[in-house]
Amino acid sequence: MEEFVENLKSRFAEGILLYQEREMPVFVVTKGCYPLLVKALLEEKSFQVLLDITAVDYLRWPEPQPQRFELVCHLFSLDYNKRVRIKVPLNQGEEAPSLTSLYGNASWLEREVYDMFGIPFHDHPDLRRILLYDEFQGHPLLKDYPWKREQPLYEEIKDDPNR
Amino acid sequence: MIRIDRVSEESQLINIGPSHPAMHGTIRIAVEVEGEKVLASDVEMGYLHRGFEKTAENKSYPKVIPYTDRLNYCSPLINNHGFALAVEDLLKVEVPERAEILRMITDEMSRITDHLINIGALASESGALTVMLYMMQAREELWKIFELLSGARMTTSYIRIGGVKADAPRGFRPLMERALLRTREVLKEVSRLLDNNPIFLKRTKGIGALTAQEALSYGFTGPLLRANGILYDVRRFSPYSLYPRVEFEIPLGENGDVYDRYRVRMEEMEQSARIIEQGLTLLEGAPPAEIGEETVTAREALEMTKRGDSIEPERISLPPGLKGMEEERHDGILAADHPMIAPSKAQVFNSIEGLVHQFVSVMEGYGIKPPLGEVYRAVEGGNGELGFYLVSDGSDRPYRLHLRAPAFHLMSGLSRMIEGGYLADVIPTFGSINMIGGEVDR
Amino acid sequence: MGVSSPFLTTKIDDLLGWARGYSLFVYPFVTACCGMEFIASACSHFDIDRFGVGLTRFSPRQSDLLMVVGTVSHKLAPVLKRVYLSMAEPKWVVAFGTCAVSGGIYHNYSSVQGIDHVIPVDVYIPGCPPRPETVLEGVMLLQKKIAQEPRDWRWKSSSRT
Repeated sequence: MEEFVENLKSRFAEGILLYQEREMPVFVVTKGCYPLLVKALLEEKSFQVLLDITAVDYLRWPEPQPQRFELVCHLFSLDYNKRVRIKVPLNQGEEAPSLTSLYGNASWLEREVYDMFGIPFHDHPDLRRILLYDEFQGHPLLKDYPWKREQPLYEEIKDDPNR
Repeated sequence: MIRIDRVSEESQLINIGPSHPAMHGTIRIAVEVEGEKVLASDVEMGYLHRGFEKTAENKSYPKVIPYTDRLNYCSPLINNHGFALAVEDLLKVEVPERAEILRMITDEMSRITDHLINIGALASESGALTVMLYMMQAREELWKIFELLSGARMTTSYIRIGGVKADAPRGFRPLMERALLRTREVLKEVSRLLDNNPIFLKRTKGIGALTAQEALSYGFTGPLLRANGILYDVRRFSPYSLYPRVEFEIPLGENGDVYDRYRVRMEEMEQSARIIEQGLTLLEGAPPAEIGEETVTAREALEMTKRGDSIEPERISLPPGLKGMEEERHDGILAADHPMIAPSKAQVFNSIEGLVHQFVSVMEGYGIKPPLGEVYRAVEGGNGELGFYLVSDGSDRPYRLHLRAPAFHLMSGLSRMIEGGYLADVIPTFGSINMIGGEVDR
Repeated sequence: MGVSSPFLTTKIDDLLGWARGYSLFVYPFVTACCGMEFIASACSHFDIDRFGVGLTRFSPRQSDLLMVVGTVSHKLAPVLKRVYLSMAEPKWVVAFGTCAVSGGIYHNYSSVQGIDHVIPVDVYIPGCPPRPETVLEGVMLLQKKIAQEPRDWRWKSSSRT
C-alpha cells in the first residue's frame, strides 16, 4: 500500500498540496485534481465504498485560514481494509466538482453539503435541498448563521384561555 | 420538493406521505405507478431534522452525549460508544478493563433491541401482527436490565468519556442470563412462525434485491451488505473495545432480498447473545474492588462531625440513586487521575479537593479540552458503519461534529430497489432497511 | 312532550361522556424516539388497550384522538396542521413527550417549541421519553376530561377551530 501512495504522490504532484499520515492517509488536493485522484483510487485499488462527503467552515478557527471551506471525503477499500481522507480547500462561492458519476450515494451526500453549507456542485444532476424545506433562507451550518433563528411555516394560533 | 422524471404518460402519482402507518419514521415517498407497477419514485426526507450537528458545536463534550442517545433511538448505547471513542482518541485516554467489558455487553444488548424492533415492525406490516407483541416482550426484559444499570429504559447516556457511568450491581449475572433465556425463547418461537410461512415467503422472497456491485456503490454497510454475501463488519475489520477476545460468527446471506435480510438479522441476534455470555465470563475475571463493609449514612456522619469525631470520605454510603459509583469502584469504571474527567462522587461530596476538581471539569471554558486535531472513528451500529468525524480546535466544544449515518446511504438506494416492483412491495422493502429517522435526518 | 327534565339530560350527558371517553380511536402521529415508548405502552406488558385506546386508525377521518408523539420540526408542522383539520369533531389532542410539549432539549433553528403553537392541546404528557405508567395516567386524565365535557358548557366553544 505504501508504494501505491508514493506512486500517487508522484503522479499528481501538482495537485497534492499536502500529505499527512494520521490514523489514515490524508491528502489535501486542489479541486481540479480531486475527481482524478478519486477515480484512480476507485479503479486501481478498488476503493469501492464512498463513506462520506462533508465540509468544514473555518471562519471561527483560532488562526485565520486562507480559504473558508474544506470539503472532506472519506473512502474505504474492502480488499485492503484501508480508509483514506481527501480534503479540498474552497473559497466562498466556488463550485466544487461532483462524484455522481463514480458512486451511487454521492448525489445525496452532495445535496446535503449544499443544503447545510451552500457549496454548489458543478454538474450535479439534481441539486436541491434535502434536509430542510425549500422556503428556508440561508444555510444553517455556516458559522455566522445564528443557532436559534427559526423560520416557521405555520401561523401562530391565538392564545385562548378556553382551550 | 419532489422531482420525478415521468416515464410514461398514462401513469399516476401516488404519495406515501410523511405520516403513514409503517412504524419506522416520517418519510415521504412519491411513486409513479401504472396499474400496480412502480415506474419511478422519489424519496423526500428531513422531516425529523433536529439540528444535531449545529447543537454539538454549541455544547461542551459531556453535554453532547444525551444528544447522541437520540440519534439511533433503537440502539442508543452504540451511538454513545462511537462518540466516546472519537473523543478518547483525541484525548489519548485509556479506558479501564471493567468499563470496556460493560461497554461491550451493553452494545450487544442494544443491537438485539434494534433488530427486535425492526423484525417486529417488518412482520406486522406484512400482516403477522402477533410477532410484534412477542418481540416487545423480549425487549422489555432487556430494558429492565438497562434500568438497573443506568436508571433509564431507553435513552440512558450510560457510556461516558473515559468509561461508563456506574458499575453493575450485585446479582447482575443471573438477571442477564434470565433475560437472554427469555430472548432466545422468543426468537425460537418467531422463527417457527415465520421462516417457512408461505405468506411471509411470498411477501419477502425476491423483493427489493440489489446486486453486490450496486450495493457497494451505494455505500451499503451492515446487515444489508451482509445479506448480499459480502463480509464486512467493523468489529472484525477495525476492532475496538474487547472484540478481539470474544468469538462470534458473522452470518452472510445470498441474494440480498428482504427474506435474506430478515434471516441475517435473526442470526445476528443469536451471535450477540453469545457475545454477551462471553462478556459475563470476562466480567468475573476482572472483579470489582470490595466495598468496605462499615459504611455510615450521611445523617450519621453529620452527627459524628457535630460530636467532634472525624470520618473518612470513603466510609460514607452514597444515596441509592448513585449505587455503583462508590469510591472503590471508581477506578474500575472511569479513567482515574485524568485532570479533565470528573472524580468519584464520594470525593465530590465529602472533600474540598474533590469539589473543586468536579467544578473545574464541568465549568464553561474548562473541562474536556482535546488538543487541536481531527479524527474519524467508526463502530458497528445496528444498520452498519456508524462513523463520527470530529474536528477539535482546542476549546471545550467540538468545532465540527459530523455523523456518518448508515441508514442515510441505505435510503439513497431505496429508489433503485423499488423500481420495477409492485406497489405492495414498497412497504416490506422500506421495512427491511430499518430507517431510523433520528439517524437519517440527524 | 313539555318541559325536558334536567335530570334526564344530565344523565344523557354522562352517558355520552362515558361512551366517548372509553372508546377512543387513536391516530398515532409518531415521529421520533417517543414512538418506542408508545409501542411499549401499546404492547402486552403495559397494555393501553385496557383503557379503550387500543384501536389505531391510520386515517384522520376515522379517528378522534390525535396523539402527537415525538419532535415536530418546522418542515412537518404544516402536515400536522392539515391532519388536525381533517379530523371530525369531537376531537382531542395529546402531546406525548417533552419535545411535543415544549420543544424539549432541541431549541434550535429547526424544531417547533411545543405543538401548542400549531394546534390546541388537551393533555400534556411530559418525559423524555415518558414511562408507560405516565402515559396511562395521561390517558386516564383525558378520559376524566372527556367525561365532564358534554355537561360543561364552557368547553363547547367556538374557539376550537
